[in-house]
Formats: sequence, structure tokens, C-alpha cells
Amino acid sequence: MKKTAHSAFYSFAIKEFYHIFRDRWTTIILLIMPILMIILFGFAITTEVKNAKIAILDPSQDAATHAIVNKLGTSEYFIIDRYLHSKNEVDEIFKEGDIGMVVVFSENFYENMMHTGNAQIELIADGSDPNSALTLTRYATALIASYHQELLATPELQMPFQINSEVKFLYNPTLKGAYNTVPGVMGMVLMLICAMMTAVSIAREKELGTMEILLVSPLKPITIILSKTVPYIVLSLINLGTLLLLSVFALKVPIAGSLWLIIFISLIFIFVSLALGLLISTVAKSQMVAMLISGVILMLPVILLSGIIFPTESMNLFFLWLSKIIPANWYISAIKKVMIQGLGFASVIKELSILAGMAILLVALSLKKFKVRLS
Amino acid sequence: MNMPDDKLFPQSADNRELSIVANQITKRFGSFTAVDHISFDVKKGEIFGFLGANGAGKTTAMKMLCGLSKPTSGKATVAGFDVTTQSEQIKKNIGYMSQKFSLYEDLKVWENMRLYAGIYGVEEKVIDSRIDEFLEQLGLQKEKNSMVKSLPLGWKQKLAFTVSIIHKPGIVFLDEPTGGVDPASRRQFWELIYQTADKGITVFVTTHYMDEAEYCDRISIMVDGKIVKLDTPANLKKEFAAKNMDEVFRLLARKAIRN
Repeated sequence: MKKTAHSAFYSFAIKEFYHIFRDRWTTIILLIMPILMIILFGFAITTEVKNAKIAILDPSQDAATHAIVNKLGTSEYFIIDRYLHSKNEVDEIFKEGDIGMVVVFSENFYENMMHTGNAQIELIADGSDPNSALTLTRYATALIASYHQELLATPELQMPFQINSEVKFLYNPTLKGAYNTVPGVMGMVLMLICAMMTAVSIAREKELGTMEILLVSPLKPITIILSKTVPYIVLSLINLGTLLLLSVFALKVPIAGSLWLIIFISLIFIFVSLALGLLISTVAKSQMVAMLISGVILMLPVILLSGIIFPTESMNLFFLWLSKIIPANWYISAIKKVMIQGLGFASVIKELSILAGMAILLVALSLKKFKVRLS
Repeated sequence: MNMPDDKLFPQSADNRELSIVANQITKRFGSFTAVDHISFDVKKGEIFGFLGANGAGKTTAMKMLCGLSKPTSGKATVAGFDVTTQSEQIKKNIGYMSQKFSLYEDLKVWENMRLYAGIYGVEEKVIDSRIDEFLEQLGLQKEKNSMVKSLPLGWKQKLAFTVSIIHKPGIVFLDEPTGGVDPASRRQFWELIYQTADKGITVFVTTHYMDEAEYCDRISIMVDGKIVKLDTPANLKKEFAAKNMDEVFRLLARKAIRN
């Protein structure tokens, strides 16, 4: 009895792999597209910034400020385009558009540094282009930090001091989440493969009429569902591996946290996506409809509202609220925490429980709908 | 209430084992009665034609017999199992083929056969020999490794039929199996049906083609959810003094209220 169920599942799952690998486009979509997507998004959005024009506002004009400006100017990243005389000019200069960042030193910079141990630099960037703003300020902060290190290393220095470089983005003050495309692409790819492909493959059986035969057969609905979804789970895991390898070796985005935790979070997200795919397949009668519904309902909001392209912080309340019910957002947020920030399990409990809740709800709902359709 | 239908219809004299017994089965959807107290028996190895105009209730009746939906009232057994309580066993013991062939076009001939053998729980060690046996009967050994999409329609249809009996069921249900196939292929297909019935497999077939109805051992004609006639084609033609089944059918179906 058990053996027959097992062999029915096995025959059926094998067939699903035949469908995938015998159709050239399906194979391309499933295996090549994720690679293209991460390369495209990875390189297109996080472009290296070189020779960016910056402006300096330096009321102190002392040894320390000159050293820092010199360090910035001689680096490959920046060209000192002009010197400003007052803070009022800052706004004007960004409106002209070719200056990427303004470096503002506090008054009596060297004095403060030596006596109070505390000196201020303000880095102001144009937040309306969040990705390059972030890159520019990162580079500048790193250069200032290295100057700081050099000074600390000189023996004649009497007391430890600090340079506080304060980063400020105009127009988009917090800038969180605009970057980090890797988690975003991971979310998109898993959603695409699990939800869209499952929905389409079930819709195809309906379109061809083979679903009718399967329903007359002794296969249990749960076996049909499992054998339809297991191949896509396997493919998703392969893609997850490819994406992680690419992000580490091609995009140089290291995995800061636990790999197992990333896989665990991804598995939960895969279940959510599969359940969504099943739910769509109970509504869609043809492959075309399944594809459109998945595209419009699943992919578009993920692309637009997940912060891959537009930062969620600059959204209005309605879209912010909308973005909260998109499973991919929770997944992307958890992956960012673990993969980029290197945080542990405790920090993603909220995301995980929301995703798990969604998974349970959606699986229950789609199983119920699937059964209703049968009778 | 209706009189029990089996009193109306003559039963043939021989005592062959019964494959299907339907007793007053009824299916209602809300206030609409799709199938209205139908009763009939089908004997083992018999070719039983199930005729009726579109909307007469054929599909609903067939779904109940296949264990896909439960009768609102009445009792039926298929292969000795109760349709209301034992639908799982029924599904294992019947074959099913519809006008939309069950074959996957992007799978090879043997892969399709293997798939359904697996789904119907044919023992692993006999699957390969079973596939060869059936391919030989069809004369399609050479096509074992061909993709189904490369086969002509008539072959696909014969293959679909073979796939539906790959687990050697007691009964096979054919839902308008010859739709869209040319007359020569239809003849060949019926030869295949005869061979199958000779092996003791009961064939329950719905069709639109009245010339095909003549090939059946017995036929039932459904009008408005009820079986209005059940007899051998020869007896029916005699009763209505008709040249062929087409005339019989038109005389009966004319009374239909539903369409």
C-alpha cells in the first residue's frame, strides 16, 4: 500500500522534471534567468563610483582638514570640484546636479581634535539617488577613518581623539534598504520559480485535460500537489545555491551570518510561495491566466514595493502598509539581517514567525480550495 | 415516485458476473435533478453504450460511477465496490479515458505508459514486460521511444486507450473516446475495444456517433436525466421499426425538454 503511493509519487515527480527539461524556455527561465537577474541587478544598481565630483566647505583651513581633503582628492573615487564658503551654497550646488557629495568640516577642526578629542565632519549626499549616495559616503567615511588610524599610530600623539564623520542624506534621510540587491533578487527568483511555475504547471494539466484523468486516478490530491511541487522545491534550492555563490564570488557580497539560517529562512519562504502558486492555480483555468496573475499579483509588487528599486522609506503610508503584506518583503528583510548584517536567529524571529504564519494560512487555504474544486 | 427501472427493461438470460449495478441513483444540484433515479446492470466483459444528448446527464452519471461524485440518493456498485463509501477502491479498479487524451505530448510513448502504470500502482517488476506486451498488441513497438507529439492522432488515441487499461482494470470508462478521429481510425479503435472486452474487461462507453452505438452489446439512452430505453441495438431498431440507431435516437431524443 505504502509502496504503491511511493512509486506513484516517484513516477509523477519524474514526469514533472521531464516537462521542465524538455521545454527549452522553461529550462532557461528556471536555471539561466536567476543568474541573469542577479548579474543585471547586481551590477546595474550597485555600480562602482569613480571620479565623483565633490565640494568642500572648510571654515577651519588647518593641517588636519588639509590632510583629509588631500586624502579624498588623491583617491581614485573623488575629484575636488570646488570649495564653498557658506552652508547656504549646499542646497544650490545639489540642484545643479553634477556634485555628488559635500564635505563640511566644523570650525576649529584641528583645535577641537587635539584638545577636546572630538572633531566633526559632515558628509552630505543627494539621497534621491540613494545607491550612489550611499557608496560615496561609504568611501569618504572609510578614507577619513584611515586618516584617523594613521594619526593614532604616530608616537608624539598625547591623547586619543575621535573624528566624528556624520553622514547626512538630503531628500531621503535614512536610505535603508535601497541597496543590498542580492536579498531582493533572491526573493524575486524564489517567488518566481515556486509560485509562478507551480501555478502554470497545474494550469497546464487543466488546459490539456490531463488533470481530469489524474482526478479519476487513485492518486490522492495531496500526492498530486506534492509531486507537482517537490520538483520546484529542488530547483529553488539549486537556484538558491547559485545565487549565493554568485553573490559571494561575482558581486563580492559576503555571507556574514549563518548559511544554515539562510537556507532555513529560504525554505519557509519557498513554502509560502508554493502555497501562493497553488492558490493561483485553483483560480486560473489556463497557463496564460496563471502566468498573468502571478506576474501582476506576485512579481510586480515584489519588484516595486520590496525596496529593490525604490526605498520603502520614501513610500507613502498606503504603499508602506501594502508592502507589509507581501511575503517577499519579510523574506528580504530577514535575509538582509542574516546575510549582510550577520545577525543571528534572535533578530529574525519576527520575520520568521510572520512568514511561517503566512505559510500555514496559505497552505491550509489552498488545500481547502483544491479539495473543493475536486468535488 | 418512479417505478424501479429494472422492471421496465428485459434482462438478458445468462448469469455472467455483474460489473456495474446501479439502483435508482440520483444526483441533484440544488433544485436541478441532473440524474433522476436511473437503474441498470452491466455484465462482465460487456460493451455497454451510454447514449444521450448533451445535457442529458451522461457525464454526471459517469462521474458518480467513477467515484468522483457521490449520488444524492440511490445505490450503485462498480467492480463490487460501493460508489458512496468505497470510491478509493473503485478508482484503483477502473480505467478512464476521455476525449481529451490523457497523454503527455512531451513524454515518450513508454514514459507515458510507465507514468500511468506507476500512478495505478502496477508492480514495479511487471511494468516493463507489460509495456512491451501492450505495445506489441498495438503494433507500436517501433514507436516506443518516440515523443507522443510526433504520433498521428489515430495512434495517440489507441495509445491513450491502452494507457487507460495499463493496470488491467475490471472496467474501463470511455467518455466520447473517438471525438475528432477519422472513420478509418474509429473502426480500428473499435477493434481494440472488442479485443479488450474479449479479455473480460467491461467497456462502458459514451458516444455521439450513432454508427458506433451499433457496435455495442447493449445501449441505454438517457433523456432529461432518465434512462428511457435500454436494450440491444437490434431489439431497439425492431421496436422503432428504424433502419439504424440514428433514427432510434432521434425519435427518443425529440421528447427532451432540457437541452
